[in-house]
Amino acid sequence: MKKFVHDFIVAFNNRLNSRHFILELQSPLPLPEIFPGQFVQVLVHNSPATFLRRPFSIHFVDYAKNTLSLLVQVRGEGTRHMGMLKPGETLNLVYPLGNFFSIPSSGKVLLVGGGAGVAPLMFMGDYLNRKNIRPDFLIGFRSADEVSQIDEYSKYGRVFLSTDDGSMGEKGFLTQHSVFSQSSFPYDHMYCCGPDAMMHAVAKLAAAKGSACEVSLENFMACGYGVCLCCITQTDKGNERVCVEGPVFDAARLRW
Amino acid sequence: MADLNINIAGIQFKNPVTTASGCFGYGEEFKEFYDLSLLGGIFVKAVTGSNRDGNKYPRMAETPSGMLNSVGLQNKGIDHFCSHIYPLIKDFNTRVIVNVSGSTISEYVEVAARINELENIPAIELNISCPNVKHGGMAFGTVPETATEVTRAVRDVYKKVLMVKLSPNVTSITEIAKAVTNGGADVITLINTLLGMAIDAETQRPVIATVTGGLSGPAIKPVALRMVWQVYKAVNIPIVGLGGIMNATDAIEFMLAGASVIQVGTANFIDPMAAPKIIEGINEYLDRHNIASARDIIGALKVS
Repeated sequence: MKKFVHDFIVAFNNRLNSRHFILELQSPLPLPEIFPGQFVQVLVHNSPATFLRRPFSIHFVDYAKNTLSLLVQVRGEGTRHMGMLKPGETLNLVYPLGNFFSIPSSGKVLLVGGGAGVAPLMFMGDYLNRKNIRPDFLIGFRSADEVSQIDEYSKYGRVFLSTDDGSMGEKGFLTQHSVFSQSSFPYDHMYCCGPDAMMHAVAKLAAAKGSACEVSLENFMACGYGVCLCCITQTDKGNERVCVEGPVFDAARLRW
Repeated sequence: MADLNINIAGIQFKNPVTTASGCFGYGEEFKEFYDLSLLGGIFVKAVTGSNRDGNKYPRMAETPSGMLNSVGLQNKGIDHFCSHIYPLIKDFNTRVIVNVSGSTISEYVEVAARINELENIPAIELNISCPNVKHGGMAFGTVPETATEVTRAVRDVYKKVLMVKLSPNVTSITEIAKAVTNGGADVITLINTLLGMAIDAETQRPVIATVTGGLSGPAIKPVALRMVWQVYKAVNIPIVGLGGIMNATDAIEFMLAGASVIQVGTANFIDPMAAPKIIEGINEYLDRHNIASARDIIGALKVS
């Protein structure tokens, strides 16, 4: 798949809460076809501390506006800098990178995301709807003040919610949600993105319920296009590159 | 348009810009960004005698103006290279040179002898400087006697151009440079990564699984320039220079210090277009200074 590297123009910088924001980036060139689960490598300028690019899942693609959006959690200097970008400023991306979620031909779909890990699921929800598949979402947040975009997700499917402190939705980790304690589990396919520990737990539940499960990993990487070999994960085929063979893997293949 | 051709040890490079081993895979991934025939050459990922899985994850840490890695020579070994990789790269319209590593002298010799048979590979780059393997690698490149010994052993079986890539993790780089020259090296490549370490104060743990790793990027450029300059004055064989080259100005600096050819390494991770941009920039620099040929700036540093 052809890859590109060029500046995008910041169309919007939408602060969701104290830790998260959405950057909507407009391309000066017509966007190529992009698939849910793929990511971009962002160059953050002007600091020795932000030497490498930072990988981000693609949160949404709007071909009509020729934009792609990133859902970003403030973690360090790079994401802080990105959070201060104003409309009209530019951001250099390498894209589209990595593989993508498989699209099921039949069966019921659950999209599971925690924290900023929910990022690729909006795009996946939209994509599935365009393929006439209506998924359910299970989204976990720390607390009510971080819950955002529920109306947006609801456009694409039913939304189940959990918060660690119980301030909204069901209380506890999303793996403790009552969705998983139904007498007959209705989902044939699960797609999951979030912290490693959460994905482990979800993959285990999926295996126990007999549901297929794909997870999107976010290992540390330098290049993002397969040459540095830093982001490897162990699979049934040995070491594979999260940036090329992934970031999406069938959870059953991982030796993590 | 200046003349960018460079000839070292009988190998013609269409320009002095090549890509460093371990930073460019086998070239395939970069075909999606540009035409590889723009490059002076490609130094492909290290090949060892048998399959190596490499080190455990995490293998990388971002550090000020650089990065630390501990990939550990992950590759599928010489058999796989000859049967699967060579057919993909042999017809690239640029010089393809193979980086060779091993844990023992006999492993280096075995791999070199196999690559000697591959028609379209005009040279090997002997890697006696990898800091990320338990046995071999850098151990051969930090003691002059063993550096001579491994170079000589490979020289006996390898009939084409023998390049030797040196480690900066030594007290005297010129001693090692002389040692490999005595062993029969035709060209010296320097520098490999500097041994370094990164710690996460919050978790009180090392950032990478092997605790220590190889530092690359602009952080090491001044060290690399110094070593290229010292080696240029100490030996009479050509130098391939690398260490933190991000742009054409950096590349020019390495050539002024004495490098005939330069390698772009870590920069490939940040800007996939780095190497072609550097070629353009060198051309622009030579024109701006009315210099007819890239050869004219090699070692042209004005010290007094």
